[in-house]
Amino acid sequence: MKKNVSSTVDRRKFLAGVAVAGAAVTAEGARGAILPGGEETARAPSATRPSTVLAQAEISTRSVPGPADGNPNLTKGRPGSDFMLDVIKSLDIDYVFTNPASSCRGLHDSIITYGDNKKPELLTCMHEESATAMAHGYFKVAGKPAIAMCHGTVGLQHATMGIYNAWCDRAPVILMTGNSRDANTRRPGVPTTHSVQDPAAMIRDFLKWDDNPASLQHFAESLVRAYRIAMTPPHEPVLIVLDTDLQEQGIPDGAPLRIPKFSVPVPPAGEPNALREIARLLVNADRPVIVADRCARTEAGLKSLVQLAELLNATVIDQGGRMNFPNLHPLYARGSGGVAQADVVLGLELTDFFGTVNEFIDNTEAQQSSRIKPGAKLISIGTGDVFIHANFQDFQRYQPVDISIAADGEATLPSLVEAVRTEITPARRAVIEKRGQAAQAAYVQSKQQMRAAAAAAAWDASPVSSARLCAELWPLIRNEDWALVGRALGGWPQRMWNFDKHYQHAGGSGGAGVGYNLPSAVGAALAHKEHGRLAINIQPDGDCMYAPGAIWTSAHHKIPMLTIMNNNRAYHQEVMHLQRMAAWRQRRMDRWHIATTIRDPYVSFAKLADAMGVAGIGPIETPADLAPALKKGLDIVKRGEPVVIDVVMQPR
Amino acid sequence: MTRFAMLSSILAGLFCSSATFAAQAPPPGDAERGKAAFLRYGCYTCHGYDAQGVPGRKLAPNPLAWPAFSSFVRTSPGEMPTFTPQVLPDQDLADIHAYLRSKPPTPNPATIPLLQELGR
Repeated sequence: MKKNVSSTVDRRKFLAGVAVAGAAVTAEGARGAILPGGEETARAPSATRPSTVLAQAEISTRSVPGPADGNPNLTKGRPGSDFMLDVIKSLDIDYVFTNPASSCRGLHDSIITYGDNKKPELLTCMHEESATAMAHGYFKVAGKPAIAMCHGTVGLQHATMGIYNAWCDRAPVILMTGNSRDANTRRPGVPTTHSVQDPAAMIRDFLKWDDNPASLQHFAESLVRAYRIAMTPPHEPVLIVLDTDLQEQGIPDGAPLRIPKFSVPVPPAGEPNALREIARLLVNADRPVIVADRCARTEAGLKSLVQLAELLNATVIDQGGRMNFPNLHPLYARGSGGVAQADVVLGLELTDFFGTVNEFIDNTEAQQSSRIKPGAKLISIGTGDVFIHANFQDFQRYQPVDISIAADGEATLPSLVEAVRTEITPARRAVIEKRGQAAQAAYVQSKQQMRAAAAAAAWDASPVSSARLCAELWPLIRNEDWALVGRALGGWPQRMWNFDKHYQHAGGSGGAGVGYNLPSAVGAALAHKEHGRLAINIQPDGDCMYAPGAIWTSAHHKIPMLTIMNNNRAYHQEVMHLQRMAAWRQRRMDRWHIATTIRDPYVSFAKLADAMGVAGIGPIETPADLAPALKKGLDIVKRGEPVVIDVVMQPR
Repeated sequence: MTRFAMLSSILAGLFCSSATFAAQAPPPGDAERGKAAFLRYGCYTCHGYDAQGVPGRKLAPNPLAWPAFSSFVRTSPGEMPTFTPQVLPDQDLADIHAYLRSKPPTPNPATIPLLQELGR
């Protein structure tokens, strides 16, 4: 049993010290004293770090033995995991999403005692896949990574689908997993069952980088390297293994430990000559079309794309991997059909250029056809070719293009805008302006079509239609600083609401792994919380049932979020596959509901929420009951709490 | 059947022979039985409980005339599976068509104040 030692250190002074972010620091000496770094300091510290002796005394935990202490059960010297936490703090990481893990117990203790559970703070998660998805959703709003900390072997295997989603969606989740490498020191039984020679082997196909540090100095260098690699486009998840001995053993006397300097990597931008060639093609095109998927990740990226589109009066098809373009802009478009008339197609950070310009019909003859005109020029700017693995096929079919720039789309846009501006002649300006007039006319018509479509889409029906739900919600949020953190519900929000800020939507899962939406929404809502934004999650019921414990996490950590359960009581997308099989095989067509529906019994999501400490409202089954329920839910969210409104809805 | 031949067949069903088909009245059908069949065969999972469409094609109100409707269901060229008489008997299809014909008109969007606030 460990004993406490008295403290005479002022707590606020200590916290001021440990809050220093981005500083290069040195840990050394018999008691693991930390001194400010000198020549390697990346960002000037605002305060001097306290010595470890003072820090440990301040937080009243015993990790530095007294002179007369000969108890072999006490940690000798400063715990290794305290130094690990210093490294994490140097990277300005705010959150660690975790399900408690014995293989991470050293670092867990350091975070909650030595670090006082602040920057980073531990978030209690009910499943490692949820923890990973929360870190995934958090990044896409916060713009900086969080850590998902997983138990060895079993926890990491739980996390795998979340990691694959992050990989496909280019989200730099920093994964950590505990492991006992040394068979001589690891505990027998379950801890040994949960140990592994090479923890990353099971997920290396969808990691950008990983390491299994053998020393604390090795850990420091690898974590800083991992962060840098993850944050260099294409952003991808990375893994650092936390060896249990390294976490739990004391730092040897005199061990010189140093936290490497970290600098934010500059994304790779397009080569100027190639950009001039692209600009010439775009300016001289009669029907240029821009298609963007995971391009704009900041307000600057969104504005750059607007500049480019307006210079050319080119339609922008937003595939929605990120919020690339304002949806009420006259040049905004959805769906790939718009490429059909294009003579130049510029793809920005497209994962699936092939699928963008080709159509595939899933019928017995597997019909595939081109969407584009013969001779149309295809241009690709993106980091997809910069880093790729072979095994998993998320890179999609190979699409030949005329010009390909392996560079970051957002970082390249400002140069492309200038190149286009330079290329525009008075004659081409007249053509471009005429194109803009046509786009404006089409835009006005599209609004009328949207209203007619909404009215025709079961406006007064029960169950509630997607269009009606979105229409009822809009007047209640339009004057708030809102953000959609969940799925886009058949595109109705983009057709009806006004998305004009880059954080108002962050795209989908990437890997289409069900179970992502709820936890990622919680992570995104956490990132919005510090800005006081209203987070709205339109939540698929089937996705929720994968790991509903994320609802509890939102309650426990007081993460305000309006969750509207899109309760359509089935995995509807799968139904047509069964109908297709029955049709091809000429078999009975009335058994599709087996293993695709969520009925007998229905799930009561209001009760599910209530059981987890979240206010539950519903089920709402008629349009007339929607507005009062939504108002009630919004009142709760504005008090700083999460709420779940169960709405029984049309299938899609 | 080649893709071209199949498309030709469908186009003929949909458009080319419309004058001939227009003269063909739909077979007798029962809207109530049609609603049950619409649910039983899972049509609603793509077309909605009210056949309003999304993500499938909008079917009602004002469904396609029987010849075009039955031709499309029997020889679908697109993502929709082909429903032959063996898996969807003629009478069930006639009942479904009767159900679609029974659906009331959709409201005029200009009469819905909520819709006027959208897209702004």
